[in-house]
Amino acid sequence: MGMTDTVPAGAHPEISFYEEKGRYGGIFSWIFSTNHKRIGILYFVTMMTFFAVAAVLGVLIRLELIAPGKTIMEAQTYNAIYTLHGVLMIFLFVIPGLPAVFGNFFLPIQIGAKDVSFPAINLLSWWLFLAGGILAVVSLFTKGGPIDTGWTFYAPYSIRTETNVSLAVFGVFLIGLSSILTGLNFLTTIHRLRAPGMTWFRMPLFVWSLYATGWIQVLATPIIGITLLLIIFERFLGIGFFDPTKGGDPLLLQHMFWIYSHPAVYIMILPGMGAISEIIPVFSRRTIFGYKAIAMSSLGIAILGYFVWGHHMFTSGMSVTARVVFSFLTFFVAIPTAIKVFNWISTLYKGSIDLASPMLYALSFIFLFSIGGLTGLVLGALAADVHLQDTYFVVGHFHYVMFGGTGFAFFGALHHWFPKMFGKMFDERAAKLAWGTLFVGFMVLYFPMFALGWHGMPRRYYDYLPQFQSDHVISTVGSWILILGLALMAINLLAALWKGKKAEANPWGGTTLEWQIPSPPPPENFEEIPRVDRGPYEFARETV
Amino acid sequence: MFPRASSFANQVDGVFWYIVGVSLFFFVGIVAFMIYCAIKYNRKKRPFGSHIEGNVPLEIIWTLVPTLVVLTMFYYGWVGFKDERTVPKDAMVVDVTASMWSWLFEYQNGKQSEILFVPVGKPVRLNMYSQDVIHSFFVPAFRIKEDIVPEMSNYMWFKATETGVFDVFCAEYCGLRHSKMLSKVIVLSQEDFDSLYHNPKALKPEEEEEEGPPPGKALTKVHWCFSCHTTDGSTLVGPSFKGIFGAKRKVMTGDQEREITVDDGYLRKSMLEPNADIVKGTKPLMPSYKTVITEQEMDHMVDYLKTLK
Repeated sequence: MGMTDTVPAGAHPEISFYEEKGRYGGIFSWIFSTNHKRIGILYFVTMMTFFAVAAVLGVLIRLELIAPGKTIMEAQTYNAIYTLHGVLMIFLFVIPGLPAVFGNFFLPIQIGAKDVSFPAINLLSWWLFLAGGILAVVSLFTKGGPIDTGWTFYAPYSIRTETNVSLAVFGVFLIGLSSILTGLNFLTTIHRLRAPGMTWFRMPLFVWSLYATGWIQVLATPIIGITLLLIIFERFLGIGFFDPTKGGDPLLLQHMFWIYSHPAVYIMILPGMGAISEIIPVFSRRTIFGYKAIAMSSLGIAILGYFVWGHHMFTSGMSVTARVVFSFLTFFVAIPTAIKVFNWISTLYKGSIDLASPMLYALSFIFLFSIGGLTGLVLGALAADVHLQDTYFVVGHFHYVMFGGTGFAFFGALHHWFPKMFGKMFDERAAKLAWGTLFVGFMVLYFPMFALGWHGMPRRYYDYLPQFQSDHVISTVGSWILILGLALMAINLLAALWKGKKAEANPWGGTTLEWQIPSPPPPENFEEIPRVDRGPYEFARETV
Repeated sequence: MFPRASSFANQVDGVFWYIVGVSLFFFVGIVAFMIYCAIKYNRKKRPFGSHIEGNVPLEIIWTLVPTLVVLTMFYYGWVGFKDERTVPKDAMVVDVTASMWSWLFEYQNGKQSEILFVPVGKPVRLNMYSQDVIHSFFVPAFRIKEDIVPEMSNYMWFKATETGVFDVFCAEYCGLRHSKMLSKVIVLSQEDFDSLYHNPKALKPEEEEEEGPPPGKALTKVHWCFSCHTTDGSTLVGPSFKGIFGAKRKVMTGDQEREITVDDGYLRKSMLEPNADIVKGTKPLMPSYKTVITEQEMDHMVDYLKTLK
C-alpha cells in the first residue's frame, strides 16, 4: 500500500489541513468548511462540550443519591437532570460519537479517498446536530421548565407533563436527521470512493463497522423521527396516537421508540467495535484474527438488531407470545458479539503486544463490554428480566455497554488517532494514569448497581429505602474517581495540544492508509490516489 | 439476607445464577487469556508478531458453542416465565388501582386498603388498572413485576411462601413523586387474614367511616387530590387544603405576582386550569381536570373544601 514514498519530495509544499487557505478565515474557515477532517474536528469540539455538561450532571445525580431523602436538589430538579443526562449522553455523544468524529476524519482516508461523497451535506449534518443540541439546551430555560420524562419519552406521561417536552423532542428530531445524512454519506462514500485495489475485503474493519452502522442510521432513524413528531402533534393537537383516554395506545409509542432505539444501540456500539479492531492489530503488531468473521459479524449484528426491540417491553403487558419470541431472538444477538470478542483476544495470541494507552483502552473495552454483554444475557432471559426490568441492574448493564463499551472505545480511538488528528504526541505516562483512574472509577461507580438492582432498587428514583444506601455510597464515591480520571485525560490531551512533541506520520507502526500520510494530514489527504494491493493489517514479519 | 418469599423466587434465582455462573466461566477465561497473552507475547520479548489470519474450525466452535449455551438460557428463562403467566384457577382476586402517586387494593368483598394484605400459601391474582400514566407493580422479594398501563387490563399472580412484610415499588417512572409511590405487601397466616377479611371494622373504604360524609370528600379522594394536598396544613406537592377557603394567597399569574382571596371562582379555575394562577412557591405540576370532572362534581368538591377550617 506504500504510496507517499513514490511522490517526489518537494513537488508540492506539504501543508496540513489546518493551514489550508479557504474561502473564509478564522472561525468561518471551520463552521463553513466542507473538508471532512475539519468537520470531524467540529464534531469533536461540540460533542466534548455536551459530554462535559452531561458528565457533570451525572456526578450531580450520584451526589443526590449518596443519602436517602433530599441531599442537594428537589425531586423535580432530579427528574429533569437525569433526563437531560440521558438525552445529552445518548443523542449527542454515544450515538453520533465515533462515526461523526473518527468516521468523518478517517473513513475517507482509510479507503484512499479525498473526501466523502457529499461534502456539503456533511457540513449540513453538523449544523443540524448543533441546532438540535442547542434546542435541547434552550428547552431547559423555556416556559414549562426542563423536560422530565426520561430519555425514553414514554406516553402518556410525556403527553401529560407540563414541562417543555416538545422543544427538546424537536431537538432530538434534528439530531436524528443529522444522523441519517451522515449514514447516507458514509454508505455512498464506501460504495463509490474506494481507491483502486481497495476491494471490500481489503477495507479496514473500522470502515466495515461504519458501513453496517450506516445502514442502521438510514433505515432505522426515520422511525424515531416519526415517533418524535407524533409526540409533538399529540401534545399540541391532542390527536390521540398514544393517549389512551383519546383512543390511543401507550404501547404503540414503546414499540415505535424501540424499533429505532434498539438498533440504535448497535449504531452506538458497532463503530466502537470497529475502532477496537483497528487498535488491537497495531499494538499486537500482527494481522487481525478472523478478518471476515469480524466484518460479517458487524453486518450480522446490524441485521439481527432489528428483530429484538421487544426485549425492552417484557413487563409492559405485551402478549406472552411476543415476549417469548423476542426473548428467543434476543439471544441470537449475543452470538456475533461473542464471535468478535473471541477473534479479538485471538489476535493477541503470538502477537507482539505493546500495552500503550490506546491498547489499555482496547483491552479494558473487552473487559467492560464483556460484563455489559453477559449481564445482557441475564436480562434477555424472561424470568430473570421480570425481576430486574426497570431496576439498577439495567442501569448498570446499560452503562457497562454504553460507557464501558462505546465510551472506552471512543477514548481508545482518541488516543490511537490523536497524533494523526492533531499532529502532536501526548504524555504516555499521564495517559496511562488517567486510564487507570478512569477504569477504577468506572468499576466502583457501576458495579454496585448490579447488586442494587438484584435487591430491587428501581431506577429513576429520587429517594430510596435505607437498605440501599451502602451500595449507593460506594457508587457515588466511584463517580468522584471517574470524573478525576476524565479530568486527567482532558488535561493531558490539552497539554499535548499546547506543547506536545510533533507526531511522526506513523508513531504506532500502523498499516492502514491513514498512517502513510503526514500527521496532521494534508488538505486532500493524498497527493495522488493510492493503489492498494494487499489487506489492511499486513505487518512486517520476522525474517525466517 | 434477601428474602425469597414467593413460589417464583427459587426459579428466578435459579435462572439468574445459572446465567451468571456460565457467564463468569467465559468471562474468567477471556480475561485470563488476555492477561496471559499480554505477558507472554509482550513486545519487550517479541519485536514481531506471527502472521495468523484465522482458523475456520475455531470460528465454527465459537459460533456453535455460544449458540447452544444461550439457547439453554432462553429455555430456563422461558420455563420460569410460563409459570408466572399461568394463573391457578383458585386464585384469590385483588383489584389494584395505581395513580400518581399511590396504590389502592380492593378485595372481592369490597374492602379496600392502601397496603396489600394476602394470605400465605394461597395464589393471588392482581387485576391492575391505572388512572393516569404507566406504573409498574414490583415486589422484589417475590421477584415479580408487571406494568400497569391506562386503559389496559394487565394482570399478574403470585403465591407468597412466607409471612412477613415486603416492599412494593412503582418501577415505571411516573413523575414527581415516583420514588414515593411505595407500599407494602403484608403476608398473613390464613387465620389472621380471614379474621381481618371478615372483620366488619377492618379495611373499610374510608368514605363509609363517617356518617353521611359530604359527597365532596369522597370525590376529592376519588380524584386523588390527597396525593398532593393535605388537610392538616402541611405542604406536600401543592398547598394544603386546610383553611383554604377565604384565605389570602400570593399567586403567580405568568410572571406577575399578585394577591388573591380564595373563593369559588379560584377553586374552580384551579381544577380546570391549575397552572394559570399558581400559589407562590409551588411548582406547575398539576394536570388539568377539564375533561375529568363534571360541573356537578366540582360543586360538591368546592362545598367540601369550604368545610376544611
